[in-house]
Amino acid sequence: MNDINLDISLAVNGETVVERVEPRTTLVDFLRDGLGLTGSHVGCEHGVCGACTVRVNGEIVRGCLMLAVQCDGATVETIEGLSDSGEIADLQTAFEQRNALQCGYCTPGMIAAAQDLLQRAKETKSVPSRDAIREHLSGNYCRCTGYQAIVDAVEAVAIARAGAPK
Amino acid sequence: MKITDDSPPVLSALDRPNSYIGRSVPRPNLHRLTQGRGQYVSDVTLPRMAHVAFVRSPHAHARIVGIKADAAKKSPGVIAVVTGAELAKVMTPWVGVLTHLKGLKSAPQAPIAVDVACWQGEAVCAVVARSRAEAEDACELVEVNYQELPAVTDPETALDAKTPVIHSSLGDNLCFERKLDFGAVDKAFTNSDAVVETTFMFGRHTGVTTEPRSIVADWNEGDRRMTVYQGTQAPHMMQDLFAKHLGIATDQVRVLTKDVGGSFGIKVHTYADEMATVALSKLLKRPVKFVADRIESFITDIHARDHRVKARIGVTKDGVITAFEIDDLTGIGPYSVYPRTSGIEANQVVNLTGGPYTCPNYRAQARVVFTNKNVMCQYRAVGHPIAVAVTEGLVEMAAAKISMDPLELRRRNLIADDAYPCGSASGLKFEKLSHHESLAHLDSMMNYAGLRAEQKKLRAQGIYRGVGFASFIEVTNPSAAFYGVGGARITSQDGATVKLDSQGAVIVHSGVTEQGQGAEAVLAQCVATSFGVTIDKVRVVTGDTDNTPYGGGTWASRAAGIGGEAAWQAGKALRGNVLAVAGAMLQAKPEDLDIRNGIVVDKAKGTERLALDELARVAYFRPDTLPPGFQAELMATRHYVPRAWPFAFTNGIQASYLEVDTDTGFVKLLKHWCVEDCGTIINPQLVDEQIRGGVVQGIGAALFEQCLYDERGQMLNGNMADYLVPMAAEMPDIECGHVVSPTADSELGAKGAGEAGTAGAPACVMNAINDALRPLGAQPLTDMPFTPGKILRALGKV
Repeated sequence: MNDINLDISLAVNGETVVERVEPRTTLVDFLRDGLGLTGSHVGCEHGVCGACTVRVNGEIVRGCLMLAVQCDGATVETIEGLSDSGEIADLQTAFEQRNALQCGYCTPGMIAAAQDLLQRAKETKSVPSRDAIREHLSGNYCRCTGYQAIVDAVEAVAIARAGAPK
Repeated sequence: MKITDDSPPVLSALDRPNSYIGRSVPRPNLHRLTQGRGQYVSDVTLPRMAHVAFVRSPHAHARIVGIKADAAKKSPGVIAVVTGAELAKVMTPWVGVLTHLKGLKSAPQAPIAVDVACWQGEAVCAVVARSRAEAEDACELVEVNYQELPAVTDPETALDAKTPVIHSSLGDNLCFERKLDFGAVDKAFTNSDAVVETTFMFGRHTGVTTEPRSIVADWNEGDRRMTVYQGTQAPHMMQDLFAKHLGIATDQVRVLTKDVGGSFGIKVHTYADEMATVALSKLLKRPVKFVADRIESFITDIHARDHRVKARIGVTKDGVITAFEIDDLTGIGPYSVYPRTSGIEANQVVNLTGGPYTCPNYRAQARVVFTNKNVMCQYRAVGHPIAVAVTEGLVEMAAAKISMDPLELRRRNLIADDAYPCGSASGLKFEKLSHHESLAHLDSMMNYAGLRAEQKKLRAQGIYRGVGFASFIEVTNPSAAFYGVGGARITSQDGATVKLDSQGAVIVHSGVTEQGQGAEAVLAQCVATSFGVTIDKVRVVTGDTDNTPYGGGTWASRAAGIGGEAAWQAGKALRGNVLAVAGAMLQAKPEDLDIRNGIVVDKAKGTERLALDELARVAYFRPDTLPPGFQAELMATRHYVPRAWPFAFTNGIQASYLEVDTDTGFVKLLKHWCVEDCGTIINPQLVDEQIRGGVVQGIGAALFEQCLYDERGQMLNGNMADYLVPMAAEMPDIECGHVVSPTADSELGAKGAGEAGTAGAPACVMNAINDALRPLGAQPLTDMPFTPGKILRALGKV
């Protein structure tokens, strides 16, 4: 199978990565097994649970529904990069204070999805309602919390960001 | 006793200076998890690690006639292809029975099926390769010749003479049977003014942990030890079982459990594929990793709740419940799961039904039968959701029949708050419960009268809303009565070791495990309080059989009540040891000193005498300056097991408010309430989040979740697109309240809180749906999950 492997070059969390991959390798397997970025998790492998949510070229995607070879030339951001840059520090703090995670397996994907909502809200200068938060996060499965604490945490950050001086 | 709401300061005799008992302290392990820096077993890689994938039976029941593996063995990356017969030389089979469940029988189960596969999904061959992908490629090249056998898939006919017997050595398909008959049931029904009789059906469903089951086994031939990284709730139990079935000593096995991506009872059992992974590591003398994929999770993670319960209740016209009678039938798959058995859920159903009420007349029968579907075993709230739905469903139907308000009927029958200690008709023993106070608190918290008025007004506009309730009791803090007395090597005691480090910080090693519920925070709170330091000075270590006291782990709502008490006592013991050192250094009597905020002080005045880092410096680096003959002991261990009561029962009541769209059959959940009594509340936020998460898990059972099988034993919806789980958009906000009745069996007085939500939620959602539809003349719905189709059928619209 080696004769059909492909070389890809992409930016992952600000670092240039050049790797040879099998065409069948999913993005999340590439990140986890190839680059050791184990913060992105594998839950269902068919795009339903959202545990593998990462950002590619600024948009959140399912790491299990995208192939690594599709990311040639792309900019990929994972929970490790989002954490190091400080972009989601307030969300992380709110999740911790509100106990919006228990086992934590869904959390990196959940925070990536929440940050996507909050970025969209910023563009429209609005604060999402609790229903809108629930709707936006409804592609991310959490078995532990029952979601209320997650909604509370995201709502608190949405309000805080809207009120924060520019 | 006092009523508390979401963030209460519940302080008592446990209220030492700077007490953390009753405070919502954030969990210490959250920072790494929000940054994606947790270490789950699926993240673990080791040098020379291989991956195993399994060839699994596509048939529910089939004889394995032959396995041809030549092509698979030549596939790129393949290290070994191993059949059940070959692995049987490395690991012995097991039988899931407990002697105190009299008559319970099962057949020997092997890590990989040897002659016959008994359910769709049972492993029949293992392929070990350098990568999981290569192992899966080679699995497709393994040719298994099956002779399909008739599958037993209907529990109702499993015991019929013409139904094939799955394990001929057992004689029949009956795993376990139990009958109870207390009081004068027939006479009570005869003397009732109304009798309600119905059949409840419970959908077979499963845990769907976000991280699938994962294991890395590493047999080191050099030191002849097996190190197992496993996402498990019970490391010491697994250590014992791995050793036993590999034929080595327990000290040759180390089980390490770091972060676990959800458990809920799924990860407390022996799984054939995990046992096979351990055996393969021993066989191949190298690390082997197995991570279930989602289809493997659906067809091999234990299922639960597939029960059919025929039930009836008698009631007088002035609202006295006269009798309960139930007949429970459940099909548990082809094996009783090892070592906890698959008889426990049915046993819980007959034990718990009618439990909150004074009614002394109770008859119950439970039959547990073998089928050719995936195995069933203990899943969060074991038996409770069934017993509560049967009891509370009957109670609300009886209330409707005699035209009495459902809360009023409960008020007339719940065990009085001043009646304790007392027992249930089935023989359960209750130390102290608070049904009436909980009900009163719920009534006011939800503004019941206001909701009824709103409901009435909206009905006139053609909007059908319902209110439903569920009173419940929950088994927590189990003693040896649960498993130990039945011969299982599952410990009910737990331990904690606490040591002072060289800078005055405290390290706690505990036998309970962290699954995300917050056990490590609770342990830190207990030790910080009883020892006398701020919580940032406490580090907790769990999940390592080489380095923690022997313990049971985390299941049956035991971690806080049992593990917390051991930690509390260990902290106290270390305080005594440290004050002995301080007394020697300060030439004071230890009993005149205390430790507060990490500083040794005069007990009476609070004057600061000595910082802990200075005490540790002297004890560790200048022990020569201590009095001759004095030896500092800066480490202490304590164990705890409940002795006075077999279980610490908790109680509570839940309510659901929802709206049924009578055109589409969709249910919109508007609000959910839960008042519960778990004794002393160590961390209010963590208790409430256990309740909320548990409630949503119960809502899943009521509305969405079911493992659908066809008559040939094929699971039809083994993926997350077709098996529905609760997602954020459909779930309501959940309001929690508490009544506090501590157990006197421990100094902390904490009981468990992990399963109360799941126990009561399905019942009150069911009751709320039926309350909404009652004015439309619909037959009460009793067949979970309540899908739109079933609701429309009940309304006669389809």
